[in-house]
Amino acid sequence: MSSTTNTTTIGTIGAPSRRNTELAMLVFAVLIPVFAYINVGLAKDHSVPAGVLGYALGLGLLAGVAHLVVRKWAPYADPLMLPIATLLNGMGLVFIWRLDQEPTLGSAMAPNQLMWSTFGVALFLALLIFLKDHRVLQRYTYISMVVALVLLIAPMFFPGVNGAKIWITIPGLGSLQPGEFAKIIIAVFFAGYLMVKRDALALASRRFMGLYLPRGRDLGPILVIWALSLMILVFETDLGTSLLFFGLFVVMLYVATERTSWIVFGLLLSAGGAVAVATFESHVQTRVHNWLNPLELQDGGVTETAQAMYSFGSGGILGSGLGQGYSRLIRGIAPKSDYILATVGEEIGLAGLMGVLLLYALLIQRGIRTALAARDPFGKLLAVGLSGAFALQVFVVAGGVTGLIPLTGMTMPFLAQGGSSVIANWALVGILLRISDTARRPAPAPAPSTDAEMTQVVRP
Amino acid sequence: MNKPLRRVAIFCGLLILALLVRVNWVQFVQADELKNDPHNRRVAIERYSIPRGNIIVDGKPVTGSTTTDSGDFMYKRTYKNGEMWAPVTGYASQAFGANQLEKLNDGILSGSDDSLFFSRTVDMFTGEKRKGGNVVTTLDAKAQKAAFEGLGDKKGAVAAINPETGAILALASTPSYDPSTFAGMSDKDSEAYNALQKKNNPDDPMLNRALRQTYPPGSTFKVVTAAAALENGLYTDIDAKTNSPLPWTLPDTAGVELKNEGSLPSCKNGSLREALRVSCNTVFGKISADLGNKKMMAEAEKFGFNNPKIDTPVRAAESIYPKDNRPQNAMAGIGQASNRATPLQMAMVASAIANGGKLMKPYMVEKLEAPNLNVVQQHTPEKMSEPLTPQNAQKLQDMMETVVTHGTGKRAQISNVTVGGKTGTAQHGENNKDNPYAWFISYAKTAKGTPVAVAVVIEGSDTLRDDIAGGALSAPIAKDVMEAVLEGEK
Repeated sequence: MSSTTNTTTIGTIGAPSRRNTELAMLVFAVLIPVFAYINVGLAKDHSVPAGVLGYALGLGLLAGVAHLVVRKWAPYADPLMLPIATLLNGMGLVFIWRLDQEPTLGSAMAPNQLMWSTFGVALFLALLIFLKDHRVLQRYTYISMVVALVLLIAPMFFPGVNGAKIWITIPGLGSLQPGEFAKIIIAVFFAGYLMVKRDALALASRRFMGLYLPRGRDLGPILVIWALSLMILVFETDLGTSLLFFGLFVVMLYVATERTSWIVFGLLLSAGGAVAVATFESHVQTRVHNWLNPLELQDGGVTETAQAMYSFGSGGILGSGLGQGYSRLIRGIAPKSDYILATVGEEIGLAGLMGVLLLYALLIQRGIRTALAARDPFGKLLAVGLSGAFALQVFVVAGGVTGLIPLTGMTMPFLAQGGSSVIANWALVGILLRISDTARRPAPAPAPSTDAEMTQVVRP
Repeated sequence: MNKPLRRVAIFCGLLILALLVRVNWVQFVQADELKNDPHNRRVAIERYSIPRGNIIVDGKPVTGSTTTDSGDFMYKRTYKNGEMWAPVTGYASQAFGANQLEKLNDGILSGSDDSLFFSRTVDMFTGEKRKGGNVVTTLDAKAQKAAFEGLGDKKGAVAAINPETGAILALASTPSYDPSTFAGMSDKDSEAYNALQKKNNPDDPMLNRALRQTYPPGSTFKVVTAAAALENGLYTDIDAKTNSPLPWTLPDTAGVELKNEGSLPSCKNGSLREALRVSCNTVFGKISADLGNKKMMAEAEKFGFNNPKIDTPVRAAESIYPKDNRPQNAMAGIGQASNRATPLQMAMVASAIANGGKLMKPYMVEKLEAPNLNVVQQHTPEKMSEPLTPQNAQKLQDMMETVVTHGTGKRAQISNVTVGGKTGTAQHGENNKDNPYAWFISYAKTAKGTPVAVAVVIEGSDTLRDDIAGGALSAPIAKDVMEAVLEGEK
């Protein structure tokens, strides 16, 4: 196949598959966590940890299998996403294992996390194998909506944990955080819905003071989503999910309609909603108060927020070294989930933390690049939706833990402990890879057309 | 759709940029502040991760360190004979922080002081672990022992100074406490700590009476009044008769008489020497009244009164000689009004007289040593003021020596040593119903010089209410302390 024209961002014809690049990157993505794991062992016990071989083999095997499946079923997929996800997941495991060494932080969670990661990778592989074309998902637009709504509303009927009702407990199976899955499913719904409605939303509007005011009936869905996100906030006291949910919708609307006015409305509505809820929700008020006064003492004790700040401060530029920090001072389970970035910041320092943030940035930008490259509007919308959701989640969690914005209870994708989170994020990367594979796959050669032949015949 | 996509990409980039800026702010700009925040437990973990340096008396540490398995902290402070040394060392507790020398010299003891930077850097290259430096005190173990054992189970304090340098030789306070009992952070430690708090223990064992408690100085203040009389030229000859009627009425009062303790006929126009020997209230009250509040206050201030910043380096409570009306000022002249003094202050008075009128700045830290025993900081004796001319100091010494040879202070006599002293019994409480404080201040002089001045105060002597109380209760302790120091001199 010859490459003659290349007018889109990513060549549609004859793009190299980059599978060998991916393999080389994967080697790093496996080696870095393995060395980190050894490092923790040396720092804590002055010996190479016994589990290092198993860990290295396990991680290597997961990465290897994933790579082979990608090579076979998605040969043109983006070469960076899988290595980044593997590296983040691997480092997450190391950090959780490292925190498992602290007796004050409860039972070991790394083995479970490894199991969940395996499930996540399995789901990722299944998606690549069975989802031949992401456009299939378009068929399930309205089913997705129903499923997403059910997932979002379900936690309301289960008891809250640590002030937020974001869990559903299934007897015998443990607990599940449906919000993590909902973010993918809702992106599918938005992509399908907006692809159909985008023209109506974009064009049927009146101009008013330089803004395009949408018609009432088009404004409807936005108001519904706004109300829904407020309900999540009020009934489940889950600041993060409602922000994620609403932000996702605004971003996708903007991309679909190319109208800035939607962003303005989105911001106005979210600001209004946030202020309204903040006035009567003590939970939200506490979060805002803690954000503004991070070092304040409560009942003569140091707060979690302050402990996280001390972790960051004590880490400094280069960090205390893996296994040599004191992020265990953040009590309970928090250091392994919401606050895992504090451990990252303390033990590998500003340098390491910036590295981790840049890995996330790279993953997000590869996702948006996929959206740019995608040739169908559904794929574009879905890719930007998933990347946007991922970006918002990273921002909300990292911003919350570092005190940039009020803290919300969400997990750091791949890094933090949590089964739902790691599985859902592997699925998210899987879908993005599938879209990027479709986008970068060389266009099939045009079928020989008898008509074409006919037209070229000059008849006497 | 690509235009908004690019904008979304930029937006996501901005989100990440905001995070990067924030982590730089927290981990670079704010890092030091957060790292050293007193509520950051890492500070304490770090502090207790190495054995703390020692506080040293006579070349031997009175402190130590032991490993613990209580939570975060590796090492905990131990004290040798903690009760005796607590007024000197203070405490260093994992749970309750530190005070006194333990706190003031924490940087050296914990090895984090900036002045140890060089030795720390060397250690970094040689792979040595961070170590704490030592605080070498001026204290005299024998004198301290004599003071502490002399006080026994009585409530009181002793302060002893080397008049020539200002070095503090003994600093005892009873009842005392053992800082070892709450050096850790277990429940037992907090129990011990709480039991020592004033609200749970009326004896207030954690009060450092030698430095931090002021008492009415009683008759021991008469030496200050005598100094004021000599310095202001009110009287020049200590053996000449003074103009002192008996009975004597307090000025500006409707015939309130100032009484002597018992019948002391020699107080009538008695010489300064005689007045001090038998402790005449009338003579010294009248001197104070004759000089007036201003002159009395000025002389007291030369001795260190009204100075809120007497740092040894542990700061002593401020001894007071206040502005007052005439009758009160007259009473203050015999140490029975609103003037108050710490035991250290009265030891300073005795030391200034013994040192030919020169008051040396009191101190108890001779030097600070780095972990490798290099001297980081060395104290040089410093003159604080000169409350007396050498001639007047000589006269006062004469008078004080008479008190010991022929007066109320006989119990402080030491054979072959010249001892000067003054007793005091300060009444307190409404209508003097509480037990009086028994005071004794003194100094000992040998051919080689004047190595020691002592002040002793005992609260609550049950039986004795007259001026002899100071001589009976406190003088023997002062004698033991002086003897201990003199023995060391030989």
